[in-house]
Amino acid sequence: MTILIDNTKRREAAPGVPRSQAPNPTSSTPASLYKSREQIYPKLAHGVFRNLKWLAMVVLLGIYYALPWVRWDRGPGQPDQAVLVDFENARFYFFFIEIWPQEVYYITGLLILAALGLFLITAMFGRVWCGYACPQTIWTDLFIYVERFFEGDRNARIKLDKAKWSVSKIYKKTAKHIVWLLIAALTGGVWILYFHDAPSIARDFFTGHAPMTSYIFAAILTFTTYSLAGFMREQVCTYMCPWPRIQAALIDEDALNVTYRYDRGEPRGAHKKGATWEGRGDCIDCRQCVAVCPVGIDIRDGLQLECIGCALCIDACDEIMVKIDRPKGLIAYDTEANVVARIAGEKPRFRLIRARTMIYAVVFAAVGGIMLYALLGRSTLDLNVVRDRQPNFVRLSDGSIQNGYTIKVLNKATETRTLTLSVDGLPSPTLKVAGQTGLNLIVPADDIIDFRVLIVEDDLIDIGVRGDVTFKLVDPVTSVTAIQSTVFVTGS
Amino acid sequence: MSDTDNTEDRPDMGDRHEPRFDEPTGQYTTGHSWDGIEELNTPMPRWWLGIFYASIVIALIYALLMPSIPLINSHYKGLLGHSDRKAVALDMVNMRTGRAQFSDKLTGVDLENIMGDPELFRFAMAAGKSAFGDNCATCHGAGGQGFKGYPNLNDDIWIWGGTFEEIRHTLEVGVRASHDDTQFNLMQAYGRDGLLTRDEIKDLTEYLLAFTDRSENPDAVARGKSLFAENCVSCHGAEATGDQSQGAPNLTDLDWLYGGERADILETLNNGRQGVMPNWNERLSPDTITALAVYVHALGGGEPSNPVE
Repeated sequence: MTILIDNTKRREAAPGVPRSQAPNPTSSTPASLYKSREQIYPKLAHGVFRNLKWLAMVVLLGIYYALPWVRWDRGPGQPDQAVLVDFENARFYFFFIEIWPQEVYYITGLLILAALGLFLITAMFGRVWCGYACPQTIWTDLFIYVERFFEGDRNARIKLDKAKWSVSKIYKKTAKHIVWLLIAALTGGVWILYFHDAPSIARDFFTGHAPMTSYIFAAILTFTTYSLAGFMREQVCTYMCPWPRIQAALIDEDALNVTYRYDRGEPRGAHKKGATWEGRGDCIDCRQCVAVCPVGIDIRDGLQLECIGCALCIDACDEIMVKIDRPKGLIAYDTEANVVARIAGEKPRFRLIRARTMIYAVVFAAVGGIMLYALLGRSTLDLNVVRDRQPNFVRLSDGSIQNGYTIKVLNKATETRTLTLSVDGLPSPTLKVAGQTGLNLIVPADDIIDFRVLIVEDDLIDIGVRGDVTFKLVDPVTSVTAIQSTVFVTGS
Repeated sequence: MSDTDNTEDRPDMGDRHEPRFDEPTGQYTTGHSWDGIEELNTPMPRWWLGIFYASIVIALIYALLMPSIPLINSHYKGLLGHSDRKAVALDMVNMRTGRAQFSDKLTGVDLENIMGDPELFRFAMAAGKSAFGDNCATCHGAGGQGFKGYPNLNDDIWIWGGTFEEIRHTLEVGVRASHDDTQFNLMQAYGRDGLLTRDEIKDLTEYLLAFTDRSENPDAVARGKSLFAENCVSCHGAEATGDQSQGAPNLTDLDWLYGGERADILETLNNGRQGVMPNWNERLSPDTITALAVYVHALGGGEPSNPVE
């Protein structure tokens, strides 16, 4: 039996690849499995969004480089750095907030908030995080600025890369890499300031007294900044970052995105000055939107995985539209639904408030509220009680029962506290703290102290095999209280 | 290879021929074939090979620098002269130096001095706890709860005294140990050595049980009382309440080191008891013994110094 294959329905070898250009499967040269990167030479754009990006870059880099130097008084003996991740003493400081290791759920909450915030913003305005605020975008932008400073704009750079090596080319390339490395080293160097007292670690760093981890992390971040912003650039966004994949689940037809309004632009084509605009689109196929694109795509192909939403193509296109005397906004922040609506002759509308954004906003507010509540109600005194298990209980010579406990007192305040210990729940307990007389526990500022506490009970009739007992710790000065429940075992 | 292939073209087993291009896969063969099965030339990825060769180089350098080659009586020491034993010894010295600011203070002081310094007290508790786990827990249990024959250290019942100084003294000289000044007494094997008859031992047992109202034989208790007066009062006292200076336990309470049931007491009287606690002065430093005494004293039953006799 012969199977007939209808070739008329298969005019393409693969989507977008005509059969005439398909690689010959019996070619004698092995095809490479890897696609080599095509160098992108983004052209400098001018306009609203470019200025917005410059502003974002200055502000965000300013925060990154300057923040470790900001001081914040926390009292004597405490670090006075506003933002400090102190691994050595297991503390995290952020202005008025101080977090202990067991409170790391605040960080979890912060990450959840960040994720939800990103969801919300993406559902409303597309990838504005990627386009304006992501460190990869910012440092890449900065590195391209340096590149442009030494090597010129797009065309000059293409020409330089094709040119033979000369003194001028060596100078330009060397200068660029030196400045790149300086920026990278500064980035890596500032990173470690967040983990130590900035002025002293800066001094120790240059005198060779800083801990080895500081040098290692400074070197790692220098290397990553230099390679990610200098060489890998858009490949980080396209191949390494999960966000382009996640965005597909967050963006819908009502999300604002950098959009080529094909309803207005098509059919595209070259336009002679003075010729009519009737019966054709506004796109004159000048490819300026492609030239400025830092990820090397054509926005006119629609929303793409590679697009970081930087809006530079909007600036580039607007500039051209002004020159050819057509209205701005052929490429603009717009929604897919609006483009479809305009084609259908309907009025476009922007639906920022819709079920999706409402849900994100409500969840964001709820998590934020819970975190704020937890933070405001955060106690500066904490008590943990561990009961002896070996032995579970001890019968003393007079017939009374003794239980041993180890209590851990956390004083998160900035001054030494003298706390009064008591227990509730037993008829006539006798309390004893090992190594001292009396029940006043002295705990230094910002410290954890273990105490061994013994409870002796001689009135055993009502307790049974075990009774509940509550340890109570009171600061007589501020009347801050910490309580912890456990059991008292009599064994009979 | 399919059946339709010309058999003369089929390479023989273990044959070698020029690498050829394999059209279906677009790759070259290695030129090896076995039973007509050819191998495609699929080299390892470059990065993998790079790491592989780098590992070999690193291994050679490491072997040169570190102790690596066994010799007949010794081993190759390596250019760096590293030795785990030396490293551990150095760590121990560093640890002792680091602790010296506290451990030096622990030698020869009394409890009041230690309690007056909360930081020193916490150090002694921590050091005592770890030393207890290493040296004492085997017999006394991880929490000092004790077993039959090994006293519970959490209660307020002490055979050789429960003040800080007495505990430290017991730790230093032991009980029936090899120390010259060790704490010694003799609970004799009254039955086995024929000091008392079987009936006398039974009467004595009833007398001891009667302290906690567990005897139902008043006649035997009366006979036991006179036997006790003849044989036991010198150590355990006229009231049978014991004597810590001689290490004689109180026999009137419910706490029995070797068990308080009738059979246990009979066995004790018959065979005697000669429990041993080692003297730790030879194995542990004075500061460790002090730390242990602080820890045991704080376990729950420690008595105040200079108790009212």
